[in-house]
Amino acid sequence: MKKFFSEFLRGIFRENPTFVLVLGLCPTLAVSVSLINGVGMGIAATFVLLGSNVIIALLRNFIPDRIRIPCFIVVIATFVTITEMTMKAYSPALNRALGIYVPLIVVNCIVLGRAEAYAQKNTVINSLFDGLGMGVGFIWALLLISAIREFLGAGKLFGHTLIKGFEPAFVLGMPSGALLVIGLLLGFFNVLRGLREK
Amino acid sequence: MNNKLVVSTSPHLHKDESISKIMWMVALSLIPAGAAGVFIFGLKALGVIILSIVCALVTELFLQVLTKRKVTLLDGSAFLTGLLLAYNLPPHVPFWIPIIGSFFAIAIGKQVFGGLGQNIFNPALVGRVFLVASWPKYMTIFTKPLNYDAITQATPLALLKEGKILENVSYLDLFLGKRGGCIGEVCILALLLGAAFLLLKGYIFWHIPITYILTVGVFTYIFGPQGLFSGDWLFHILSGGLILGAFFMATDYVTSPLTHKGQIIFGLGCGLITAVIRLWGGYPEGVSYAILMMNAATPVIDRYTKNRIYGTR
Repeated sequence: MKKFFSEFLRGIFRENPTFVLVLGLCPTLAVSVSLINGVGMGIAATFVLLGSNVIIALLRNFIPDRIRIPCFIVVIATFVTITEMTMKAYSPALNRALGIYVPLIVVNCIVLGRAEAYAQKNTVINSLFDGLGMGVGFIWALLLISAIREFLGAGKLFGHTLIKGFEPAFVLGMPSGALLVIGLLLGFFNVLRGLREK
Repeated sequence: MNNKLVVSTSPHLHKDESISKIMWMVALSLIPAGAAGVFIFGLKALGVIILSIVCALVTELFLQVLTKRKVTLLDGSAFLTGLLLAYNLPPHVPFWIPIIGSFFAIAIGKQVFGGLGQNIFNPALVGRVFLVASWPKYMTIFTKPLNYDAITQATPLALLKEGKILENVSYLDLFLGKRGGCIGEVCILALLLGAAFLLLKGYIFWHIPITYILTVGVFTYIFGPQGLFSGDWLFHILSGGLILGAFFMATDYVTSPLTHKGQIIFGLGCGLITAVIRLWGGYPEGVSYAILMMNAATPVIDRYTKNRIYGTR
């Protein structure tokens, strides 16, 4: 049980997909304008990651090595389609806000990266915990980035104004602001890691 | 007797010039323009300048202490960044605009890259562009000159962009600074005084500013509003931040090319981008964007205009 737990924790801090592996930056940059978008994208990507990790780990002995990427993509695309249809049915507003980035989870490098680097070599249970950890790591990274961007860029959190008279800096709501925030956070976490290793 | 013989490697002849002396000289040469700005727009402009400089110095000190580097507060570079940033602000901005602007200019524009000499972009312009993108509402309110009641008035370039006719602005008014605009950019006479001082002392070379201004003039003359070769080139040279940008910001040592050939390419590029933004872009003024874009191109320009080492092919 302890081993599973460490598989889970690894994705959250030590190999955080956004801040350490620097994977999946495309959806992170694009949808982190508001917290609600961040949460939606994080949960959708986590669901796909869990599903694809489990199925690929199950099929790992049957997938021929040469055509493994198309096989992974088929599995991932299945889960993305499920996610998209569910989202369209139950939360059309979120689906509209996330737009093209929901179908683009298919090519999210976190999902494909974990399939390639982990799920095809490990057991189903391990892959499940790995997917869960990576998913939670992705969610908290998105939460942090979108909270900073929504608060400083629009003066709101979850769509509610917090401080009256606060003048938001529009640039943080724009793509350049996303790059700025992610760059500074990456630097910050690198400094933290450097301090811990010392 | 022991100390008479000094053995050292070349260079053996030194000039008494240093980075910090040049920085302070540039700051000195900017004083006439600032004084003119304060005279034209009132004491509020002086407050903006002082706030901006103080915040730039405090940020520099704070970050150098935080990262445990040598504190180089008195080398004048942070002072100059704060000064130039203030010159690029409208006179009646809220007090927190220069504070945030200088903090951003020093922290993100300079110290993130490792301090003086390491930055890719001109820090003062980074601060200004951040402010324009973040709070366009405050950064585009300009006030009437020589009227201390803060009556708003658009800049000549903004009026031109909206297609309004400029009747009551003569070239002499533009030259002396009787127009709406940023604090340090309005009085061309004072800016030229400072620039002449720097050119005579040899702190800047003519290559960037002259090619820059000429390119803007020629380009705006060719692509005039009534067909080819009908543009009001003198108006375009005298309005906006062109003179301030060309002499004092495009010539920043750190972010401009090293060779004269490269500097001419740099000036041409700045001029082209400025003219294109002014004539067809979304903003009325393009000097800051032009200089920042060419800053990004500087390493490439430097690579292809390297001087031939004597004796090699």
